Amino acid sequence: MTVSTTMGESQDRQASFGGVQARATSDINEPRIAIRDLDFFYGSNRALKNIRLDLPDRQVTGMIGPSGCGKSTLLRVLNRMYDLYPGQRAAGEVMMDGENIIDPSVDLNSLRARIGMVFQKPTPFPMTIYDNIAFGVKLHEKLSKAEMDERVEWSLSRGALWDEVKDRLRTSAMGLSGGQQQRLCIARTIAVRPEVILFDEPTSALDPISTLKIEELVDELKHDFTIAIVTHNMQQAARCADQVAFFYLGEMVEVAPAGQMFTAPKQRRTQEYITGRFG
Amino acid sequence: MSATTAGSVPGPARNERVARSLGRRRHRANLVIKGLCVAATLIGLLLLASILATLLWRGAAGLSVAVFTNTTRPPGSNGGLLNAIVGTLIQTALGTLIGTPIGLMVGTYLAEYGRTSPMANAVRFVSDVLLSAPSILIGLFIYQLCVEPFGGFSGIAGCLALAVIVIPIVVRTTEDMLQLIPPSLREAAVALGAPKWKMIVLICYRAAKDGIVTGVLLAIARIAGETAPLLFTSLGNLNWSISLSQPMSSLPVTIYQYAGSAFEDWVQLAWVGALLITVGVLATNVLARFALRGGR
Amino acid sequence: MSEAPEHLVKSYDQELNRLRNLMTQMGGIVETQVALAADAIMQRDAASATRAVEEDPKVDALEREVETFVIRLLALRQPVAGDLRQIVTALKITGDLERIGDYAANVAKRSIVLAQFSLPYSLAGFAHMARMVQGQLKLIIDALGDNDAEKAMEVWRSDQVVDDIYNAIFRELITYMMEDPRNITPCTHLLFIAKNLERIGDHATNIAENLYYAVKGETLPDSRPKGDMSAYAVIRPRE
Repeated sequence: MTVSTTMGESQDRQASFGGVQARATSDINEPRIAIRDLDFFYGSNRALKNIRLDLPDRQVTGMIGPSGCGKSTLLRVLNRMYDLYPGQRAAGEVMMDGENIIDPSVDLNSLRARIGMVFQKPTPFPMTIYDNIAFGVKLHEKLSKAEMDERVEWSLSRGALWDEVKDRLRTSAMGLSGGQQQRLCIARTIAVRPEVILFDEPTSALDPISTLKIEELVDELKHDFTIAIVTHNMQQAARCADQVAFFYLGEMVEVAPAGQMFTAPKQRRTQEYITGRFG
Repeated sequence: MSATTAGSVPGPARNERVARSLGRRRHRANLVIKGLCVAATLIGLLLLASILATLLWRGAAGLSVAVFTNTTRPPGSNGGLLNAIVGTLIQTALGTLIGTPIGLMVGTYLAEYGRTSPMANAVRFVSDVLLSAPSILIGLFIYQLCVEPFGGFSGIAGCLALAVIVIPIVVRTTEDMLQLIPPSLREAAVALGAPKWKMIVLICYRAAKDGIVTGVLLAIARIAGETAPLLFTSLGNLNWSISLSQPMSSLPVTIYQYAGSAFEDWVQLAWVGALLITVGVLATNVLARFALRGGR
Repeated sequence: MSEAPEHLVKSYDQELNRLRNLMTQMGGIVETQVALAADAIMQRDAASATRAVEEDPKVDALEREVETFVIRLLALRQPVAGDLRQIVTALKITGDLERIGDYAANVAKRSIVLAQFSLPYSLAGFAHMARMVQGQLKLIIDALGDNDAEKAMEVWRSDQVVDDIYNAIFRELITYMMEDPRNITPCTHLLFIAKNLERIGDHATNIAENLYYAVKGETLPDSRPKGDMSAYAVIRPRE
C-alpha cells in the first residue's frame, strides 16, 4: 500500500485502511458474526437464553428492547468485555471467520482490535487529542511518525471531527464538548481498523443535534464496517438500522428488516413494545 | 381529576400568619447555625495563626547564615544546623523513594486486582492499622531489624523507618484515587485491545496522577517532622556525616535535643529548626500545587 | 382490537378511537346518502333526493377534519406498525367514503331529472343493484368500527356480483336505446346512475382492501375480481 498525499488517491487510501483487502472476496451481506445458542450468566442468573442472530457484513443491526432485556449484555459478549468481571460467563457459539470467539483460547487483545466498542458515556483519555487516537494504534502496530500522523488524520476525518480539531491536536481531549468527545471516541475506535464496531447507546448522553451527527456518521461508516447498535430510542433504530432485533427478558423475540419491523412486525409482543403498549 | 387532600388546592397559602412565623423561625435557626460555624472556623484559624506567629517570631530571631553553613557544635560556639538539615533531606528523600513504589504497587493491587477478595481485605486492614500506628513502635521494629543485628544506629535504618510510615499513606491514597476512576474509562481502554497492565499504567495512573502525587506529598510532609522513629534508628549525630551506615542527624531529633537543654543558643536553634521544617513542608505543598496546575 | 393492551399514554388511545369514530360517523352519513338516493330513483321521491344532496357538505367537512387530524397524529405521535397502518389508511378510507358520498349525490340529482320521464321498463335490476351496494356498504362500515378483517374480505369478494349486475343492466339499456330513440335520454341517465352505483361498490371494495391491510399488515392479492366487462361489450344492432 503506497502512501500518497494527492487528493485523488485519498479515496483508495481510505478504502485500504478499512481492511477491505481481507474482505474483498467475501459476499456482501453474508453474516460477519453468527451467534448460535448463546447463553449468558451473571453468577447463577441466566441473562441471555438461546440467542440466535446473524450480523450481516457491512450493515447496521439495531437491538431494541425494554430495560434489562439483555441487549447490552449481548453486545458486551461480542468483544468479551465480560472477561473483566469474575462471575460472568458465556456459553454457546459466536462465530467470526470460522472461529468461536467465546472460546477461552482466543487472544483477547487482537480480538478487540477487530471488534471495537463505543460506549454510552464519552470517555476521552486524559491526554491530547492526538495521543487519544494514537493510543489504540500503538497497542497493535508500529508506525513511523508520518504514518501515525496520517492515521490520526484519517480517523478524525472518518469520525467527522477533523475540521473541528485539526488546529488543536496537541491540546487536551478533555476540553471538547460532549458531542465532540463521543466522535473522538468513535475516531479512536476506527483508528485500529476494526472489522466490526459495537455501539452501546452511543447518543443517550448527547443533545439532539450531536445525536443526528453521530447517526449520520454511522450511516457513512457502514460502508466499511459491520455495525451493531444498542439503543433504547426506537426512532433511532428506525432511522439507523438495516435490520432490527427485538429482545425481551433475555430472549430474542423477533429480527426483521427495519422497514418491516416498524410497519408490520410478526410477533404480537414486538408490536406491543414498539407501539408503546408496554415496556 | 383524581381526589387529593384539600390542602393541595392551588392558590395563596392557607394561613398567612402560620406561614410567616414558620419562616421567621427557620430564618433564626439558620442564623444560629451559621454563627456557630463561623465561630468554629475563627477559633481554628486563630489557633493556626498563633502557632505560625509564634514560630515566625521565635524562629526568625535566630536566623542567620551560620545556621546554614555551620554544623551542630557545643553550646556557645556559634553552631548551626547544616548536618541536621542535610540529614533530614537525605532521610526524607530516601524514605519516600523506598516507600512510594511499594505503596503504589500495593494500592494498585488493592484497587485493580484484589478488590474484594479475602486477601485484599486483609491487606487493606493491615495497611489501615499501620496508618495510625504510633510511629515509635515502627522505630522499635526497625531497631530490632536493622540496628541490633548490625550493632549500631545508622542512617539507612532511619530511612527504612520513614519508608514504613510512607507506605500505608501512599497505599490509601493510591487505592482511593484509582477507585475514583469510572469503570467506563477502563473499559474503553480494554475495548481497544489494551492488556490489563497497560490499561493501568497508561490510563489509570495518568488519570489518577494528581491524587497520587498529593498522597506522596502528604507522606513527605508527615515524615519530615517525625521524631520518635528516628530516635531508635538514626539516633542523631552531632558531627557532620552523610554516611548511611553511621548515625545521621536530622532536624526533628536535633530540635528534641536542643529544646530541652539549658543553653540559650541551643534553644534558639531549636526554634529555628522548627521554623525551617514548617516552611519546608509549606513550600513543598505550594510548589507541588503549582507544578500540577502547570502540567494540566 | 379488544385483546390488545392499551397504550401507556392514554391520550394516544383516545386519539386513535376518535379517528375511528370520525370514520364511522362519515360512513353513517354516506350510508344514509346512498339509501336516500336509491329511494329517490325507485320511488321518484324528490324530497329524498334533495336530502341526499344536502348531506354532502357534511361528508366533505369530515374528510378535511380527518386529514388534518392524521397529519397531526403523524407529526406528534411518530406512530409505527399497526398504529401507523391504521392512521395512514384512515386517510385513504375517508377519501373513498367522500367519493361514495359524491356518487350518491350525483345519483340523487339524476333521479330528479329522471322523474320527468315515464319509464315503461322495470327497474328491478336497479333495485337489486342498489340493495347489493348498500349491503356492501353497511358491512364495510361495520367492519371499520370493529377493525374486522374477515368482514373486509367478504366485501372484497362480493364486488364480483355487483359488477355482473352492472354488465347486465348495461346491455339491457343499450337494447332499449336501440329499440326506440325516445328512450335515449332517460336510458343515458340510467346508464350513468348504474355506473355510479357500480363505482360506489368499487370504492367500498377499496375500503375493504385498506382495512384488511391496516389490520393484518398484508395486502390482499392483486387480482381483485374485477368484473366490469362493459368496456369490452359489443352490441350488434338487430336487423
